Parts: sequence; structure tokens; C-alpha cells
Amino acid sequence: MKTRKLRDIFGTKLMLVVTLFVSLLFFLIFSLLLYRSLLVLESHSIIDVLFSSIWNPDVGQFGLAAVIVDTILVTGFALLIAIPISLLSAIYIVEYAPLRLRRSIRPFIDVLAGVPSVVYGLCAFIFLVPLVQHQIAPWFGVQSTGLCIFTASVILSIMVFPIIISLCIEAFDAIPLALKEASLSVGATKWETVKKVVFRASAPSVTAAILLGFGRAFGETIAVNMVIGGTVRIPSSIFNPGETLASLIASKYGELMSIPLHESALMLVALILFVVVFIFYLLGLFILRRAKRRWSY
Amino acid sequence: MNKRTLEENVFKVLMVGSVCIVLGSLALIFGLVIWNGATSLNIEMITQTPTPAAPGSPPGGGILNAIVGSILLSLPATGFASLIAIGIALYLQSDFLQPRIANAVRFMLDVLWGIPSIIYGIFCLMIMISIGMSSSVLVGMIALTMLEIPIITRCMDEAIKMVPIGLKEGAYSLGSTKFETAVRVVRRQAFPGILAGILLGLGRGIGDAASILFTAGFSNRIPTSILDSTAALPTMIYNLYSTPLGQQKAFAAAFILLIIVLIVSVLSRLLTRRFKRHIIK
Repeated sequence: MKTRKLRDIFGTKLMLVVTLFVSLLFFLIFSLLLYRSLLVLESHSIIDVLFSSIWNPDVGQFGLAAVIVDTILVTGFALLIAIPISLLSAIYIVEYAPLRLRRSIRPFIDVLAGVPSVVYGLCAFIFLVPLVQHQIAPWFGVQSTGLCIFTASVILSIMVFPIIISLCIEAFDAIPLALKEASLSVGATKWETVKKVVFRASAPSVTAAILLGFGRAFGETIAVNMVIGGTVRIPSSIFNPGETLASLIASKYGELMSIPLHESALMLVALILFVVVFIFYLLGLFILRRAKRRWSY
Repeated sequence: MNKRTLEENVFKVLMVGSVCIVLGSLALIFGLVIWNGATSLNIEMITQTPTPAAPGSPPGGGILNAIVGSILLSLPATGFASLIAIGIALYLQSDFLQPRIANAVRFMLDVLWGIPSIIYGIFCLMIMISIGMSSSVLVGMIALTMLEIPIITRCMDEAIKMVPIGLKEGAYSLGSTKFETAVRVVRRQAFPGILAGILLGLGRGIGDAASILFTAGFSNRIPTSILDSTAALPTMIYNLYSTPLGQQKAFAAAFILLIIVLIVSVLSRLLTRRFKRHIIK
């Protein structure tokens, strides 16, 4: 009896400790990044860092504006491609596709969601970069090496397809059948039902899926780094090379870590990544909670 | 044909078009990796370490160091992460923790899942440098463990949430303690989901390059101790992709990674189905 009681107390405490550890990890990462980026914030104002576009570590200038613009362009463009295509695909798979296709497509999409990003990067480098260089950029009348913002966006959109699609399929599947039947029985066509009932009823979950896709695209480091070209300058077109926040860390860390001020600047970049992801997740949580209160069926 | 059916048909075409784009682009990626990987993969590739290139001669050898490195990094990391994750996932249930607090922890785990893996990389690197270590198998392993904990925990948590309350009540009414119920009853009932979580974590960990880029370093030799730096399959690809000679090795590594991801995914399905026989519906 006594050993059982002891084991219960010990086991429970151990579980409490690991739970505390992970919660601590969250704050630890945040505070350490903040602490390390203070050095650069002491000598440069935050406004200066965020809105100046001159990145020249050798003379102590750490303007991140160009990188931020690139990040917004790459992520935004990737989502612009990925969202409509993923939503339409998910609707087709759930509502229109024959049952056999539906069953076989799910495992396939799950596998794709697990393909490492470095593999996507490699494929983009081999296939997409020459394609953009020789076909797509000349078609728009611009010169490009192929290593550019456009290429990065395209490969990112391909990477987030499986994530958004599989979450949307789950969301569409969860809608009660009665809701759809009610719409169909008053004479709506299938597409009208999809548009007016399915999309509305699943809006919160679809928003969450898109936010998750955003998170993946925003924070993707390696695949972007491989195809974006690595130039810190305000781009004049999407066929210019660039550098996103995450890829900046990967490409500059090796050469900059020896000098404290440079390292601190990169820590600030990591801090920005962390804070943005945190804000977006908070937003997602808020949207889901409000939507659940409003659309409770 | 009236406007309504026209709209329906237009969107049907768009839908089929998007499915074709999705499947086409993904088939292209698989095709590229399998085609290039299969042609560059040979016995030498998986049984030899890279030979240092003499000036003017192509780098030869294989990628054995990366294969061994990947196994050394991701298997122990997944093991540690699973142990920690199961503790957290069991503790997050309402038997132990108030739902409000549990949801706050869940939210933190979600954010930890969402932050770019490079942040884990530089976080571990910072700690590593401040205690005077250099990039090694050990630090890479710790970075991967941190990366995998939120993934595995959230999967396990979803599975454990589904355990019927009656089962727990049955265990409690027979006089078992909370810990015994959690470890013996709940854990067993949720086992298929727990296993799926572990395998998902393994798949994510073995393919991640950003977190081990600086923490595990790179080396052409097979590590002999836990404090040696090592190559891994993803970092191998990242280091070699830009040169034509390196691409052969990069594709071989990508091919092996893809096979591992496929095996993990199939294994997850098979094992889940197998262990589903033991649970009480």
C-alpha cells in the first residue's frame, strides 16, 4: 500500500516537472532571445532597425526593412497561390470526388505533409530555378537568375498545400450532414450549398488552417534559403533575389556569430519571428473562440 | 443552361484544375527525387564516407556519415521527446490539471510547434557556446528533442482526450491511484494515437535541417563520440545542393529521406491498425 502511494506521488510529481519544464522552455526561449538582442537595441533604436533598409554589419548598420519587405512578399505571395488552390481542392475531394479517389488521396496528402523541407528546396533548385530563369522571367520581360522571391513563393505554396488541404478536409467533414441536406432540399445546387453553407459553417476551422499554413510559410528557413538568392536590398520586382527573416539567420549566422553586436542583431531577428508566430496563434485562438460562440450548431 | 448551373460548372472546372495542380506539383517532386535519387544511388554511396577531394579531382565516396548521423541524432531525440511528451500529455488531462491551466499549456505547446525550427537551433547554440561546448551529436540531439516535444505531446494529448471517462472511472472505483490509472489504463487505451504521435515526431525530426545546422555541425567522418560533430541527411543536402557534383549525393540523401518518411508513414498506419484491436470501444 505504501509503495503504491509513494509511486503515485513520485509519478505525479515527475509529470508535473516535465510539464513545468516545457512551459518554462517557452518563456526561456523568449527571454533569452530578448536578453541577447538587447545589445543591438541599446545602440540602435527599434524604429531604426525595423524601418531602415541598410543592412551592413561591417559598419554597424542593421536595418531590417528590406528583409521584412521580402518576408511579407514571399509569405503573402505563397499564400495567395496556396489558399484558393487548396480550398478548391479540399472542396472537390470532400464534396465532388468519387469515394475511391477520396479514400486514396488522404494517405497521399499525409505523406506529403511529412516530406522534409530540404527536399522541397532541392527540387526547387533543380527544376524551378532554371524554369524561372529561362521561361517565366523572360515571359514577363525581366532578367532573373531564377534565384528570386517568386521561386521561393512558389515552392512555399507547394509546401503548404498538404497542410491546408488536410486540415480543410477535416473541417468540411465535420459539418453535420443535416445542414447540407437542408440547403439541398430547398433547391440549392451543390455549389450553392458549398458556398453558402459549407464555407460558412467551417469558416473558423478554415481560418485556423490558413493561419497554420501561414506559420509554416513564414518560418520556413531551409527551402527558402536554398532558392531566394540571399541579397538584402529592397526588391524592385518579385524576380529579384532577396532574403527572409528566417533565411537571414541561416545564411548569416556562421559568419556573424563571432562578433557580439552582429550576433545580437540576428537574435533580434529570431525574436521577431517568435513574437509574430505567437501573435498569429493568439489571433487564431481568439477567432476560433469567437466563432464557436457565434456558430454553435 | 441557366446562370446557376453555369456557375456550378465553372467552379467544377476550377476545382478539378486545382486538384491537378496540387497532385501534379507533388508528383513532380516525387518524380524528381526518385528519378535522380535512384540513378545516383549505389552500393558505394551508402557504404562509404566522403573522401576529401584532392585539388582538381571530384569528391568521391558516399554519404554513410550522414546516414549514421541522422540515426544517431533522431532516434535518441525521439526517444527522449516521447518520454517527456507522454508525461506532459497524461498530466494535461483533467484528472491532474485544471482545464484552464491545461489549455494555457496546450496553447504554449502550439506556439512551440509553430515557431521556426531555426529558433531551436540558435537557442541551443547560445546555451552551447555559453557553457563552452562545440557543435556535437549531443547538442544536435537536444535541439531535435526540443523540436519534437510539442509535436508528439499535442498528438498524444488529442489521443488521450478521446479515452472514455467510464474507463477511468472503472479504474478509480477499483481503487487504483491516479498515476496507475494514467499509466496502466489510459496509456494503454490511447496507445494507437500515442504511437502515431511518436512516429510523426520521428518523421519531423529526421527531416529537419534548420535546428541541427549549427548544433550538430558537419563532418566527413562518422562520429566516434557523443561530443563529435556530425553530418546528417538534411544538412548533407543543404551543404551539397549547389554544386553539380554534390547534387548527386544530395539526391541520394533526399531519396533515402523520402524512403524513411514513406516507411514511417506506412508503419504508422499499420501499427495503429494493429494496436486498435486491443482497445475497448
